[in-house]
Amino acid sequence: MTQPNRIAWDGLQIDRRRALSFRFNGKTYQGYEGDTLASALLANGVHLVGRSFKYHRPRGILSAGVEEPNALVELGREGAHQPNLRATEIPLFDGLEARSQNCWPSLKWDLGAAVQLASPMLTAGFYYKTFMQPSWAWRHYEKVIRKAAGLGKAPTVRDEARYDKRHQYCDLLVVGAGPAGLMAATSAARRSARVILVDERRELGGMLLEESVHIAGQTAKQWVQQTLAELEALETVTVLPRTTVFGRYRHGKFGLVQHTEQGQVLHSVHARRAVMATGAIERPMVFSDNDRPGVMLAGAIRRYIRCYGVVPGRRAAIFTNNDSAYETARCLREAGAEVAAIVDLRERAPSVAGLDDVEILTQAEVVGVQGSQHVKAVEIEVGSKRRRIACDLLCVSGGWTPTIHLLAHGGKDTLAYDAAWGAFIPTCSEPVPGIHATGACNGAQSLVNILAQGIAAGEAAAEALGCEAATPVALPEVQHRGGELSPSAAPVCEVRGGRGKKFVDLQDDVTVRDLELALREGYRSIEHVKRYTTLGMGTDQGRTSNINGMRIVAERLGKRIDEVGTTTFRPPFTPVSLGALAGRESDRRLDVLRRSPIHDWHVRNGAVFMPSGLWLRPQYYRRPGHGETLTEAARKEAANVRDKVGIADVSTLGKIEVQGRDAAEFLNRLYINRCGNVGLHKARYGVMLREDGFVFDDGTVVKLADNRYLISTTTVNAGAVLSHMEFHQQMVWPELSVHIEPVTEQWAVVALAGPASREVLARLMPEEDVSNQALPFLGYREVCFQGVTTRLFRISFSGELAYEIAVPADHGLTLWEALLEAGEPFGIMPYGLEAMDYLRIEKGHLIIGTDIDGRVTPHDIGLGGMIRGDDDFIGRRSLQRPALTEEGRPRLVGFVSADGETPIPASAQLVAERWTGTPQDSLGRITSPGFSPVLDCPIALGLAEVEAEGGSLYAVSPLTGEQAEVTVTRPVFHDPKGERLRG
Amino acid sequence: MFYIHCPYCGEHREEEEFHPKGQAHIVRPKDPESCSDEEWGDYLFFRDNPRGVHHELWVHAVGCRKFFNITRHTVTYEILETYKMGEQPTITAETYAASAQPESEASQVVKQAGVRA
Repeated sequence: MTQPNRIAWDGLQIDRRRALSFRFNGKTYQGYEGDTLASALLANGVHLVGRSFKYHRPRGILSAGVEEPNALVELGREGAHQPNLRATEIPLFDGLEARSQNCWPSLKWDLGAAVQLASPMLTAGFYYKTFMQPSWAWRHYEKVIRKAAGLGKAPTVRDEARYDKRHQYCDLLVVGAGPAGLMAATSAARRSARVILVDERRELGGMLLEESVHIAGQTAKQWVQQTLAELEALETVTVLPRTTVFGRYRHGKFGLVQHTEQGQVLHSVHARRAVMATGAIERPMVFSDNDRPGVMLAGAIRRYIRCYGVVPGRRAAIFTNNDSAYETARCLREAGAEVAAIVDLRERAPSVAGLDDVEILTQAEVVGVQGSQHVKAVEIEVGSKRRRIACDLLCVSGGWTPTIHLLAHGGKDTLAYDAAWGAFIPTCSEPVPGIHATGACNGAQSLVNILAQGIAAGEAAAEALGCEAATPVALPEVQHRGGELSPSAAPVCEVRGGRGKKFVDLQDDVTVRDLELALREGYRSIEHVKRYTTLGMGTDQGRTSNINGMRIVAERLGKRIDEVGTTTFRPPFTPVSLGALAGRESDRRLDVLRRSPIHDWHVRNGAVFMPSGLWLRPQYYRRPGHGETLTEAARKEAANVRDKVGIADVSTLGKIEVQGRDAAEFLNRLYINRCGNVGLHKARYGVMLREDGFVFDDGTVVKLADNRYLISTTTVNAGAVLSHMEFHQQMVWPELSVHIEPVTEQWAVVALAGPASREVLARLMPEEDVSNQALPFLGYREVCFQGVTTRLFRISFSGELAYEIAVPADHGLTLWEALLEAGEPFGIMPYGLEAMDYLRIEKGHLIIGTDIDGRVTPHDIGLGGMIRGDDDFIGRRSLQRPALTEEGRPRLVGFVSADGETPIPASAQLVAERWTGTPQDSLGRITSPGFSPVLDCPIALGLAEVEAEGGSLYAVSPLTGEQAEVTVTRPVFHDPKGERLRG
Repeated sequence: MFYIHCPYCGEHREEEEFHPKGQAHIVRPKDPESCSDEEWGDYLFFRDNPRGVHHELWVHAVGCRKFFNITRHTVTYEILETYKMGEQPTITAETYAASAQPESEASQVVKQAGVRA
């Protein structure tokens, strides 16, 4: 298949021996290895690539790089595609499949284009104005707006692309591998600096690849290859092509995303110094119908011809306000295209060799473009005369904008307006401490200056880094064929005449009229104008539009452009995919998952898990063949504990050992009930407060030996309690001799609970005396079980006679299975968190995070009586704060369902009257709804401002509308005297 | 992203290893019971929020788990020094204002606590 716009040319970046086949909008085309999707489309004569965001106007390829506002495509199979990729940056590969966005039913016949008929309504701020009234209609408007809004479609299937992350450290990060960047990297590398050189393009060399120039007696391409070869031979240099530095952060940190054949890599680079050699981006001109396919940036034309051998038109017109576009005319003619005319806004045209027979019109303007899907002709105005020039390509240049985004990521005070560029450039060669600006992005215009600045920046960086001296890089000799042309632009970018729309921001469809309207409506700050009109707010972040927009705003306001100023620059420079930011941290790798040593047994035996902090814990066991629901299973498991015996895996509870001469004193100051005073081989239930007086955590403190204690914490608070203890040890009482060691993962712990638990324990450890006298309630003993150290505690959370048995983690499964075997004659059964919840609610035991939510004091939950002695402890003083002592604070109470059947809804509010929808004052809330196997009735714990037992309230869920009449009771439903657990 | 020198480990590490813990040099009253509500409230809740040099408490949470102090400029984000618990800062708002501005962010990082070039 032929590629009508492809020519033969020396020094191309493509490999003509490797033809590639690709599909665009369902049609098959050919390209070559080394093409981008954009160059291959242009080679095939495809200009129309998309529809615009708001007006659905036909759009073509404007540029050849990162600045592209129009040519956004979907890449890949529909559904599994990546949206909003710039065709100018997609490397062509065999079998590539891409589609236009924002059009239906087809790119050529797009129904959405009918919206242009309504365009007078779609001016700046139309969302705010048009859809405000009447307010009830918003839900109808919203559906339509949502459908029309946004660029591209989100993929519908999971992203199979590969992503990874790297942390890197270097002495010098060089951003941009054009002439300045290459020189800076070479200079620093010769002085043994560790250098990372990055460029967003696949082919390095920057502007050199589109200019007709010889350096040091070689072609630009040869010189770039030789320079790169020198760099790549050094072990201290890393060259990263197709890598974008998307953000500059504090302390010399940079975010990079690298595109490779295999996927994307996010690099987090810490650089001691950096050189910005980011070059400049060409601006378009603003004139009537300047968005037509076939209107392209003049510099991009040079790149398409000189890199890819693609001539995007046969007969071109050129519209410029600076000299650089004249080089495009030369380039087009060398490529065999005709140059119909050069239309120059300025009074005087430069004299450029080789263009003697080209018609050059000065003080001339393009006032219109004919051809809606492709340029057919341009209308020009010279003086008062109008002319039509037939052409199939219009090359425009409105000057060049130095790419200063990364420099400005820390603030705009590093920038100053420069009249020659008509744009902002850095204030000096080191505008940010440690960051050098060099080359075109630092305002250097001629290639010799750019190279010299690059060498100087590399030397300055190496000097500041303290690198050893080396032979400096010599400034290479530069020969321009036909003389060098300046990018200095006339301070005009806009044509006043013409009837069509004049686009400033092509991606967001922002026109000159929109800017004028915003100013008429009183917007003055460029930041406000930007937000109101959406100027520069697309995925291209106004790379080609911001300066033109600022110039137009300044002109209308009668201000200088530097008085109007720029908008704020923020990372990312280009969009970064969510996949790259996530890296491998998705799905099961999203967060750490902690499993108990007995986890595999739970899995094999039908456990249904629930997360508890980072842990997975069994919620209930779905016994094979039973098909039980959560409620059925949990009621059975709980009843079995009350009637017989059960075991639960409580390995996840936090465990911290506290040792040292002052360990007892330390614990006394942390707990409200002087837990350091617990007797040897005894356990005590303790409560800790935060310094503001609210309950922080609870658990047991066991004195294992003199000066040695083991404390337990709730599962989710284990880390926070450790930090709390370390803070007080290091910061508040550094004079106390205490050592704190978290040991959660060292031990597997099983709770054995139920009336038969002592018999089970006796069978498990026949040699141990486990009688009530030998191991009373809250007793502790270290024993030996199957040859390993085992800790035996008589602690009960369920309210039954119960033990907790701890063995080194590796022996957890052995213990668990031995307990099941020993308990078999007694009807032992494992129980999960749900049953544990039923049991503890019946007993009125509280849980941190539900009943104790960071807003309750010990007095609120009936634990005020635990406070011992007169000595200080953390939080004690705060309990006297007026708000914490006032009357009417909600207190812990119990509730039973009044009819004995209706479940009490979760997160319910308590009100006095049956809920009918009329607002009532909340009297409190349900914190733990549950079911009592003993009472065979729904019960709950809650915090409420009620005193009398026996009163009646309504528990109403504001989310579901469920409600239940509840009777107020004491917050203990079972064995209030604790006879069972002491027996 | 900060690059922080832990004075206990003696190394620069990424910010992800650390947690900020608020203002440094807050001393818990020796006898809380003798504090008025105002004094206790000041200790509990009230913190400085200066524009400029600030002394902060940080913890090397996934490193040595030690608490230490950072003198940080809240406008430029420069870390001027890090120092151990119980030590006093050598740079304060007053001394900083009197001295010349150091020359580079990266070299300041290197200068933290005067370790490693």
